[in-house]
Amino acid sequence: MSSAPALVEAHNLTRVFDVSKPWLNRLLEGERRRLLAAVTGVSFTIGKRETLALVGESGSGKSTVARMIVGLLPPTGGKVAIDGIDIWAPASAAQRQRLRRRLQMIFQDPYASLNPRWRVDRIIADPIRAFRLAADRAEIEARVGELLRLVGLDPADGRKYPHEFSGGQRQRICIARALSSNPEFIVCDEPTSALDVSVQAQILNLMRDLQDRLGLSYFFISHNLAVVKHMAARIGVMYLGRIVELAPTAELFAAPRHPYSRMLLDAVPDLAMTGRRRKPIEGEIPNPIDPPAGCPFHPRCPSAFDRCRAETPQLLPAGSAMTACHAVAAHKI
Amino acid sequence: MSQPVLSVRDLVVGFPTRRGVLTAVDGVSFDIAAGEVLGVVGESGAGKSLTGAAVIGLLEPPGQILGGSVHLEGKRIDTLEPEAMRRIRGRRIGMVFQDPLTSLNPLYRIGEQIVETIRTHAKVSSATASERAIDLLEEVGIKGARSRIHAYPHEFSGGMRQRVVLALALCAEPQLLIADEPTTALDVSIQAQIIALLKRLCRQRRTAVMLITHDMGVIAETADRVAVMYAGRIAEIGPIGDVLRQPRHPYTQGLMGAIPAVAGATATRLTQIPGSMPRLNAIPAGCAFNPRCPRAFDRCRRLRPEPITAGRTEAACWLLAHDAGVAS
Repeated sequence: MSSAPALVEAHNLTRVFDVSKPWLNRLLEGERRRLLAAVTGVSFTIGKRETLALVGESGSGKSTVARMIVGLLPPTGGKVAIDGIDIWAPASAAQRQRLRRRLQMIFQDPYASLNPRWRVDRIIADPIRAFRLAADRAEIEARVGELLRLVGLDPADGRKYPHEFSGGQRQRICIARALSSNPEFIVCDEPTSALDVSVQAQILNLMRDLQDRLGLSYFFISHNLAVVKHMAARIGVMYLGRIVELAPTAELFAAPRHPYSRMLLDAVPDLAMTGRRRKPIEGEIPNPIDPPAGCPFHPRCPSAFDRCRAETPQLLPAGSAMTACHAVAAHKI
Repeated sequence: MSQPVLSVRDLVVGFPTRRGVLTAVDGVSFDIAAGEVLGVVGESGAGKSLTGAAVIGLLEPPGQILGGSVHLEGKRIDTLEPEAMRRIRGRRIGMVFQDPLTSLNPLYRIGEQIVETIRTHAKVSSATASERAIDLLEEVGIKGARSRIHAYPHEFSGGMRQRVVLALALCAEPQLLIADEPTTALDVSIQAQIIALLKRLCRQRRTAVMLITHDMGVIAETADRVAVMYAGRIAEIGPIGDVLRQPRHPYTQGLMGAIPAVAGATATRLTQIPGSMPRLNAIPAGCAFNPRCPRAFDRCRRLRPEPITAGRTEAACWLLAHDAGVAS
């Protein structure tokens, strides 16, 4: 995949949130500004027809990355480019408009992301109207019907309101809306976490079918390792705002390198009940306002040594993967 | 075999409405022995949480028990007066919910809440109760318990709060613990810690556990036996290994295929169960699963299947009946 030109390129993305108290409180209480680095130096590429996933626990910064990629949240530093065009600094308004059409997003909660007062056909037609992709009403109608069929619903469902649908059907509507502007790239932020497993299977199958038929690229965010393994070709593991390992899926699951990836894989409940002994997991994610010095994972890491406490590791190639770990770089593990 | 701690027979829970009664739990029967973990698994709307609420007497009106019986150590508890039931709750049946914040009072210190619970159920001085609270917190893995009992719930992380809730649920040494999605709100690494803790504490105390969750993985890690619920009924119940390795009911089979696997090669497609769980006002006649079942035949549409024994498992499926003429 890496030989093909990348469709999406994220370079050194950083996002800092100001979580200070109000100015007067700071003045009276003599406090300084408090900054929270939600994402630090995240870089990756996504090829055409490829799925890249980011996995991590709550607070690891994966949703913040998704929002910067899709253009909902300006990065504090770094760059996002689609086909070489910087989405945060396009040459013209027209170019920005053309770019916007090519990327779409699917959110976690299919209940919150559909306007309850709009009929489904209006919801799906909205991007078609906004980007002027159809000449007249009849054409819009035909396109909406086609999209509903594409996601496994009936064209007649367009006359209904969102509350008349189940969670899985609503997520299908969200997918139809995302597809209505003929995008090439879809950012999916936990698209199935609100769904039951049998419905999740329907949606994941649908998303893979659509990828094959329409040649889509996905950027897939999830906390569920099994879902990520099913969907992605490459996976980035995030911890406290940084990618600690970026590896082809099969490799990550067969031989995780970073101690955090190992711990995460070990923590997943095992359905196959192979009776493996699991290492007990120690500790919790530290407060991102006050992250540990050096490698952010060192207080929980079984392989940490002096260097880990002093120096933040960079993401370096290790085999066909990339790992940010001093112990891996020094061949200690 | 000795007497089970909890014995539920033909439990029916319903919601009376103007258009008739909606039956949410329909004829559920199971036993849990001392020291045993029964996992109750199912998708949203399967009736698993209502079953738990009915056992502990915490059904929200208008929901009510319409039939069947619940016995705790041989004594019937579903017909008790609210006051008598209140004394059983907490002392003999502990409860852990999904969101630890709903179980903890934000205005009281952790220590005060545990001491209050201990003194409600046992006649001890506050100094003794306080010592026991510290021991309990240490036992559930809270370091520096002596100083942290003065903290408020908001000063604890989600995983730590769930540990406190577990300490609260177990402080009166109940015979039965009902845990409703205890790890759903937690991250995987914290989830693994809480599961391990729950297992260890209940094994030591020989507490019977009813573990309600939608996550088959959590059940596989924790439970001795599993009951798979669908549309208010138990589709299949049996030892965890048997059900996971050789599911008998087509719903269980579909469910297992629908879960993406972490181990082994990635399947190109997940098994899809068409459609979704029926609404309470439209539960199909015969087997509730028949419209979604790939192997349904005439009888499934007419007659509701009773549990049929197959090996060590029981499944409510006509395919297992000897005269069905279909090998499973």
